[in-house]
Amino acid sequence: MGMSFSTADGPQTHERGLLEGLHLDLPLLLGLLFVCGMGIIVLYSASGGDNALLLKQCIRIGIAFSVMVVVAQIPPHALLRWAPWFFLCGIVLLLTVLWLGHTGKGAQRWLDLGFVRFQPSEMMKIVVPMMTAWYLSRAPLPPRFAQLLIASLIILVPVLLIARQPDLGTSLLVACAGGFVLFLSGMSWRLILALGAVLSALAPVIWYRMLDYQKQRVLTFLNPESDPLGSGYHIIQSKIALGSGGLYGKGWMNGTQAQLEFLPERSTDFIFAVLGEEFGLNGILILLAAYLFIVMRGMYLATRAQTTFSRLLAGSLTLTFFVYVFVNTGMVSGLLPVVGVPLPLVSYGGTSIVTLMAGFGILMSIHTHRKLLHA
Amino acid sequence: MRHQTAISDYLLESQLFLGRAVATMILVIVLIGILIVRLIDLQIVNHHHFSTRSQANQVQLQALPPTRGLIFDRNGEILAQNLPTFSLELIPDQIPDLDTTLHDLAALITLTESDLDRFHKQLNPSRGFRKIALRFRLTDEEVARFSVNRHRFPGVDVHARLTREYPKGELTSHVIGYVGRINVEELERIDPSDYSGTSHIGKTGIEKTYEDILHGDVGVQHVETNALGRTLQVLKQTAPTRGNHLHLTLDIHLQEDATTALGDFNGSVIALHIPSGGILAMVSKPTFDTNLFVNGIDHATYQALNTSADKPLFNRSLFGQYPPGSTIKPMVGLAGLQLGIIDSAQRHFCPGFFMLPGKDHKYRDWKKQGHAAVNLDAAITQSCDVYFYKLGLALGIDKMQDFLSGFGLGEPTGLDIVGEQSGLLPSRDWKRRVHNQPWFPGETLITAIGQGFMLTTPLQLARATAILAKRGEDVQPKIVRAIETPDHSRQETLMQPHHDQRVSATDKHWDEVIASMIHVVHGARGTARAIGVDAEYTIAGKTGTAQVFSIKQDEVYQPGEIVEKLRDHSLFIGFAPVDDPQIAVAVVVENGGSGSKVAAPIARRIMDRYLRNP
Repeated sequence: MGMSFSTADGPQTHERGLLEGLHLDLPLLLGLLFVCGMGIIVLYSASGGDNALLLKQCIRIGIAFSVMVVVAQIPPHALLRWAPWFFLCGIVLLLTVLWLGHTGKGAQRWLDLGFVRFQPSEMMKIVVPMMTAWYLSRAPLPPRFAQLLIASLIILVPVLLIARQPDLGTSLLVACAGGFVLFLSGMSWRLILALGAVLSALAPVIWYRMLDYQKQRVLTFLNPESDPLGSGYHIIQSKIALGSGGLYGKGWMNGTQAQLEFLPERSTDFIFAVLGEEFGLNGILILLAAYLFIVMRGMYLATRAQTTFSRLLAGSLTLTFFVYVFVNTGMVSGLLPVVGVPLPLVSYGGTSIVTLMAGFGILMSIHTHRKLLHA
Repeated sequence: MRHQTAISDYLLESQLFLGRAVATMILVIVLIGILIVRLIDLQIVNHHHFSTRSQANQVQLQALPPTRGLIFDRNGEILAQNLPTFSLELIPDQIPDLDTTLHDLAALITLTESDLDRFHKQLNPSRGFRKIALRFRLTDEEVARFSVNRHRFPGVDVHARLTREYPKGELTSHVIGYVGRINVEELERIDPSDYSGTSHIGKTGIEKTYEDILHGDVGVQHVETNALGRTLQVLKQTAPTRGNHLHLTLDIHLQEDATTALGDFNGSVIALHIPSGGILAMVSKPTFDTNLFVNGIDHATYQALNTSADKPLFNRSLFGQYPPGSTIKPMVGLAGLQLGIIDSAQRHFCPGFFMLPGKDHKYRDWKKQGHAAVNLDAAITQSCDVYFYKLGLALGIDKMQDFLSGFGLGEPTGLDIVGEQSGLLPSRDWKRRVHNQPWFPGETLITAIGQGFMLTTPLQLARATAILAKRGEDVQPKIVRAIETPDHSRQETLMQPHHDQRVSATDKHWDEVIASMIHVVHGARGTARAIGVDAEYTIAGKTGTAQVFSIKQDEVYQPGEIVEKLRDHSLFIGFAPVDDPQIAVAVVVENGGSGSKVAAPIARRIMDRYLRNP
């Protein structure tokens, strides 16, 4: 159905600015740049003034923005057409990773193609909501129960494959991305409540199926002081960092928890604690406001989208971004168990930032490839 | 499927989506609200609590170990000191590949198996920044070689630390003792806060006895550290107080002489300053180098020392218990005189043996053909056994034991070095208690010549000699004469003369016995007359020969035929000058043969040395 208005190459009657010509959305772009800039400042301090590390991160951010610009040029109808193929590829790659994983030890997430190392679970964060949106947009909304079952299957297969790697964090994020599509498509509240009830009933089974280190994380979350030098160490130190930061913080490069290396993983998963320690609650509120702005703008762009597919996809990508923010900040402040989720656009690290920016590229593409209905 | 579906209602779908989008936005705002409440709780409400914890994280107390007190001899020569030595220390947390590092280090620095063993024992995967010593006492060359290559070894460095060193090593090993690493037992005994930062503790000798005085008071510093424990800056500190120095009565030159005089024999020599009771020399041979023990001796060397038949680790002066042999005859003689059993002029015939009435066991004299008729003076001078058999029988064990205990036999001397043995002065009670047997008259006979059950340490013999020289006044052996506090005030520890009479006898009897002891050295028939020749002062002495094993009836002791280990112990006690007694000497030479030939000349040499330049 969506085919009829997804072609963007109609006659152009408007004068287009440079950003519009590049299919970019200025407010979203500014929000993203602001967060990245703040991230670089905090990362410089968290890494102890490591210029080499900072340069690497800048290059990564540059690459990620380039990916975003490239993705923004792809019209949504192309994504709609390719969605099933992406999905098929993703499943095959996940199976390959699992297959190879038997030969390696521990968690196997990477696929080494010789010239580049590639993490298939990462691309599923976009491909799963895309496939789900593709499937649900083929019929009028709200979806019927049978459709929801099939859509759930589309989500669950890759989620379980990723959980088998094992990579609990990513599999939860992928599940969220798919789940958001279901929710946004208008599945009934009654069904949502019923699902919630079933999930809580299944909790003991999930617990039984979890690996020791995953169980340990949950136990540590419930009582970090029980093992202050072991698994509780991270969360205790990060709470000390945040708490000792107070309202105004200890000042940039002056956080003792971070600079004296008490805070573990201060450049990556726990960088939010460095922000809190050095810039205090004020700094945190500024960053949270920027994140909230990005999410709001994303949701606004989603509501303005013209097809069901692009609406669902845009909404899901935006909310997944928020999940990143909340899971990370919740973990660092001790609200949630320790799950290896980076603080988006701020944490040092490569793959997730590229995926995120690709997602924002899709958002921008959806917005800037709209057909002008009232032209 | 696609063609079965109705045409979507665009407006309816967009309304539906908008509703859901608003719902999620509300959820987002609620979640961010919860997060902010949480952060306010952490950063505002509990800010003080976390500030304190952050402070506690970075500021740590570090112990500053005190410098151990030095030990000096009576003339101020250093016997124990602390030398900066260079050790190679590794911080395993900072070493990327430990095995490679150890391998590469071995190319620059000599690493023995025992170095590596000790290192691996201390290596446990505990959290935090900890130094472990790999090698001690690097040579200057090794320090230089490592320094040039240091950049290749992150986490490895040379550290200067104070190590206990005994400049006179083997000479003082049994007196000073040594320090070693604190072991588990000692850890339970000591106050851990006093010893935080200290790795060594006195193990034997003076080092152990005076541990509390030598150790000093630990200091403390507040340092800012990072999570690995590396010190970043010192915030404040309380300096440690060094331990007290010890000044000994020991004269290291006399000690050296005594050691040389013993030659290749095993045994003990003790020289006592009679007026004060201070130990001038205390030698136990064979000896060992205490410096080997300070930083952990390797297993092979320790095994060799520990299993050696000569027992070099055994301090014979305090722990060696020997039959005193004839050296106690002057004391037994004095007992006879004082208790009215004998008269000094009365003669007894010595046929070369003695038999108890009604028994046919022959108690032999050392001189097979006998000494003919001897009075007390001749019996002491020529060391006649038969005379003392008769005297002992007449005295009885009870009186003899009671009188000899006055000379401190059978009890610890109270020397300020831990662990001395008390010897054995047998009595009826003791025999009943330990052997559950009555006392036999024959045992009284051999006790009177210092054989049988009787045992004394060389130190006890020296003290008994000093008491004899002071005519019964108590002498308390002591080795530390002063403690020097860190503010350089000296606290004298030697006994003040207290004229405590331990043995009471009339002057006449003391004169007679001491005269006989002079005759032993200076008389024409004295057993030690060889050492009396050309002496510039008068020596009173007594030789002794202690049987290591008994000779069967009707057999004659043939020194040449007996293997060295079973040869008699050679003993000598003496003091000089007689008119103003200054030095008492006791010599025990294991398997030395007769006392006159081996032990007496050693005593003379020490007396000469001391009395010529006291």
